Amino acid sequence: MANFSKSNVPQFSVEVYQNEYLPEGGREVNAIVTVTSTGGGTVGSAVAAPHLYTPGQGPDAAVAIMVDCSGSMDYPPTKMRGARDATAAAIDALRDGVHFAVIGGTHVAKEVYPGGGALAVANAQTREQAKQALRKLSAGGGTAIGTWLRLADHLLSSADVTIRHGILLTDGRNEHESPEDLKAALEAAAGRFTADARGVGTDWEVKEVTGIASALLGTADIVADPAGLAADFTQMMETAMGKEVADVALRLWTPVDTSVKFVKQVAPTVEELTGRRTEAGPRAGDYPTGSWGDESRDYHVCVEVPEAGIGQEMLAARVSLVIPQDDGTARTLGAQGLVRAVWTDDMVASTSINPQVAHYTGQAELAQVIQQGLDARKAGDADGATAKLGRAVQLASASGNADTAKLLAKVVDVVDAAAGTVRLKAKVEEADEMTLETRSTKTVRVKK
Amino acid sequence: MPHAQPPTPPHAPPAPHAHAQPQPQPPSPAPDQDATQAQVQTQAQVQTQAQVQAPAPAARPAAEPDEYPLAAPLPPEAPPADPRTADLATPPAGLKFCVACRAGQVDRDGYCENCGHAQPRERDHMEQELDAVAAVSDRGLRHHRNEDAFAVSSTALSDDSPAVVAVVCDGVSSATRPDEASLAASRAAGESLLAALPRGTHPQQAMHDAILAASDAVNSLADHAPADHEHQPHVNAPACTIVGAVVTPSLLVVGWVGDSRAYWVPVDRSAPPARLTEDDSWAAQMVAAGLMNEAEAYADDRAHAITGWLGADAYELEPHTASFKPDRPGVVIVCTDGLWNYAEGADEMAEVVPHDAAQRPLHSARVLVGHALDGGGHDNVTVAVLPFPAPSQGAGSA
Repeated sequence: MANFSKSNVPQFSVEVYQNEYLPEGGREVNAIVTVTSTGGGTVGSAVAAPHLYTPGQGPDAAVAIMVDCSGSMDYPPTKMRGARDATAAAIDALRDGVHFAVIGGTHVAKEVYPGGGALAVANAQTREQAKQALRKLSAGGGTAIGTWLRLADHLLSSADVTIRHGILLTDGRNEHESPEDLKAALEAAAGRFTADARGVGTDWEVKEVTGIASALLGTADIVADPAGLAADFTQMMETAMGKEVADVALRLWTPVDTSVKFVKQVAPTVEELTGRRTEAGPRAGDYPTGSWGDESRDYHVCVEVPEAGIGQEMLAARVSLVIPQDDGTARTLGAQGLVRAVWTDDMVASTSINPQVAHYTGQAELAQVIQQGLDARKAGDADGATAKLGRAVQLASASGNADTAKLLAKVVDVVDAAAGTVRLKAKVEEADEMTLETRSTKTVRVKK
Repeated sequence: MPHAQPPTPPHAPPAPHAHAQPQPQPPSPAPDQDATQAQVQTQAQVQTQAQVQAPAPAARPAAEPDEYPLAAPLPPEAPPADPRTADLATPPAGLKFCVACRAGQVDRDGYCENCGHAQPRERDHMEQELDAVAAVSDRGLRHHRNEDAFAVSSTALSDDSPAVVAVVCDGVSSATRPDEASLAASRAAGESLLAALPRGTHPQQAMHDAILAASDAVNSLADHAPADHEHQPHVNAPACTIVGAVVTPSLLVVGWVGDSRAYWVPVDRSAPPARLTEDDSWAAQMVAAGLMNEAEAYADDRAHAITGWLGADAYELEPHTASFKPDRPGVVIVCTDGLWNYAEGADEMAEVVPHDAAQRPLHSARVLVGHALDGGGHDNVTVAVLPFPAPSQGAGSA
């Protein structure tokens, strides 16, 4: 695992999977773009990861841990205890030299450690002090997540570092500020730091937590049992420590008269990026992807090109990776991929669908029908819920998405997975339904 | 045919068969079929016996036009931009502007930075002319790249008499990297002939060996498959057809695998022309087996499916060669189906071959490519024109 010859600047590679052949009059070009970053840090799950670095070797990073301290965290008291233990575990996973802070969140945000509007630098002593400070954490007060994010942004921006990351834990709804306040805080924070969000217990709002992670380009998950928090926090921190480069954008160049229908990340999770485009020069736009360690992600790019005659060939899009700079320029990360369009009268060529495109079109539909099915179920529309969740079971089964299939089976009784025939369960554990909703965007890659 | 036809022809070309050449052909009574056979005299075969048949009602004794016919009627739909005109743009020095929009510069991947259109590539249109042979290859109007390739050369036999060589290959579109296959095959066959002929190898034996060399070259492409094909190494391996001709002062040798063809067109058009090759195709096999007549066979969707090709996934390779001693001067037309789809019969081919073909092979090859483009240019089109007999050194062409 340890490879000391690795440079800390990751190498990006881009692969394009598509059927470039269009029939006469065809205009829509679909491609799956696989972006892989290697040679930077470590894979996120590596237990040994923090120990690969000596101070100064890894990239400069700052991490803010935001722990919900609202009154409800004491019901049951295991929640507050779990949160304390999890935060301690995350602090243990901090690499030496990383800047960090712990924020206690209620209807206001409080600096738990180190305080004074500053960040601590991780070493044996500061880690111990931080864990001492955690003991003083107590529950009481409301929930205004926007204030936590603003404090995190303030603290993280005080350090001149490459990677800025937040870890946010909540157990309840964002009741003590307006949705607009949270939205404004997220918009202010977007692009300034990334964050993972976790909901503990079952009294939080799935769309709030997934919305935070989505806006801040991190992961969202449910930790129904507080006992599971420590392992999850350790893993999140290790992933954050594995990040090597931040603020990477997927740059899409398209020719004149070509429009971008959508750009979405499709693996490891479905994340719509179309509306997040920032113009970047003539016919080019940047889509944010956050920070990268050693990892691989897939994107589905769909563009509409002007019609051309049989036998014509054109470049429909050029995909590259860049780090936009404050002065409007961009540092390019080398790799690029070409999405092409070739018009042919060969029906066999033009009617076949690229397996990757087909797979991820299915995975995106899977995420969508789960959401629609659960919404219908909540609204009391049993028929609609049965139809949507049945389709979800069918898609999960056909694509080999076993994790999602298992989660679905806790919400519906599967009669025939291949046909998508299901019955709604009369009684569904709230945690199971929330788990399904939170994880509905998780995808699997194409079976090789 | 010595070898059974494969159960399903694996390589079906995409373009519909366009053999209907709208030229009213008076039903000639075939007055002189024996003479046809006599002119194209089959010599002792050293290789596989190829059934080289002159097409049955061939002669058109009275129809001697002063000029070769004009272009065939336009197809119903207006054809797209003619790639022959693509190189008319004259970019300022140092800058390459797009041939499609004329507004954008060309990026290093060969696409326009404004409209994205692919720029003409070297292989889109190729021409080569030697003293006594010329070849032209064109992408056509419906395909996005040229998957045909050719090789032409001249050399001397061991007795110092001249020999002229042309090889034409057509990449199989349904296989991977067909353009590489045709290029590798044409080069390997051309080089093999150039090496063997001066050594005194009989031209027909040399042609047989050249096809085997071409086959090896195409097979080795499959061994170097890019990593993304490694899970299925020999499925859809690169493949192509081949047809070659060697012309000496006294001898005409052809060899082929697949459905690329060679035609004989005498200078004296009162003598009948002939097709010198027999396609490895579904239609040809149906006709040969007596199961269908030619019209029925070529009307079938499967007509153009080839039953023989060069490539790692080919069935047992069976190079066909044939040797002739023509008794009068003429030209050999060596071509891919991109041409013969628009001039299928030997008579039709003879009608579009200019009368001065033996003197102006390059001009004739251009005219023939133009004929295919004017007919719709549905496929890549490649034509080599070789005058017979091969002109002896120092002398002008026949």
